[in-house]
Amino acid sequence: MLPQIAFFFLSAVTLASAVMVITRRNAVHSIIWLIVTLFSVGGVFLTLHAEFLFAVQVILYVGGIMVLFLFVVMLVNLDVSLKQSQFSRQWPLALVTAGVLLAELAYGIYQGQEGFPLAPASGVSIAGGNTQAVGLALYQDYMLGVEIASILLLVAMVGAVIMAKRKIE
Amino acid sequence: MIPSHYYLFLGTALFTVGLIGVLTRRNIIVILMSIELILNAVNINLVAFSRYFQAVDGQVFAIFVITDAAAEAAVGLGLLIALFRNKETVNADEIDLLKW
Repeated sequence: MLPQIAFFFLSAVTLASAVMVITRRNAVHSIIWLIVTLFSVGGVFLTLHAEFLFAVQVILYVGGIMVLFLFVVMLVNLDVSLKQSQFSRQWPLALVTAGVLLAELAYGIYQGQEGFPLAPASGVSIAGGNTQAVGLALYQDYMLGVEIASILLLVAMVGAVIMAKRKIE
Repeated sequence: MIPSHYYLFLGTALFTVGLIGVLTRRNIIVILMSIELILNAVNINLVAFSRYFQAVDGQVFAIFVITDAAAEAAVGLGLLIALFRNKETVNADEIDLLKW
């Protein structure tokens, strides 16, 4: 019973705060609500026994990326855009399109739900726990992926510095 | 025990909220945040299937997705600062230099 309550509570918080993210006028409020969303998504990871991903979510997303967002909001002057309309002209069409997509996807998942019942919780007790299993997979099976990701991060860092630079000699 | 397709429903709903944010908002910062919502929806699906198949591969891919999100946020916000310095606006529909 308790897992169900936790799951539905976390889902409700996730969706409600996600709606708040896209409807707030002030970008700082959006960021605060996005932090709530990211925390509850981390909670959903916990209900799936992905403890390492929960830690990554909190440290990297909430601690890293969100601070970056806050910094940029403080750097950019938002006083003018606060007084303007926050939604673009095509919003009714966008809502209808997204609603149709949601209905299609939900119908597809509903029709195919017998295809994926949750497997019994036998694999939880991997020796050394979730963190060791993820670490072994990262540095054995996905070594090339880790290297490519590190190069991607390096390129993104250099690119961000060059683009935010005032003048390139 | 929560069935797997509940997580897929949650991922779908979160994806749709993010998609609505990308399509309707004018503020580029909020558009970037909506992209983060979409990436989180993807992560929920990946971790749900990782649980379903009793393998950690889905979680490894979720870590790669988070890495991509970090790179995307850094480059996107760098672009935003450069744009704001040149055009004094954060509205996506006012940046139409390439529009014919």
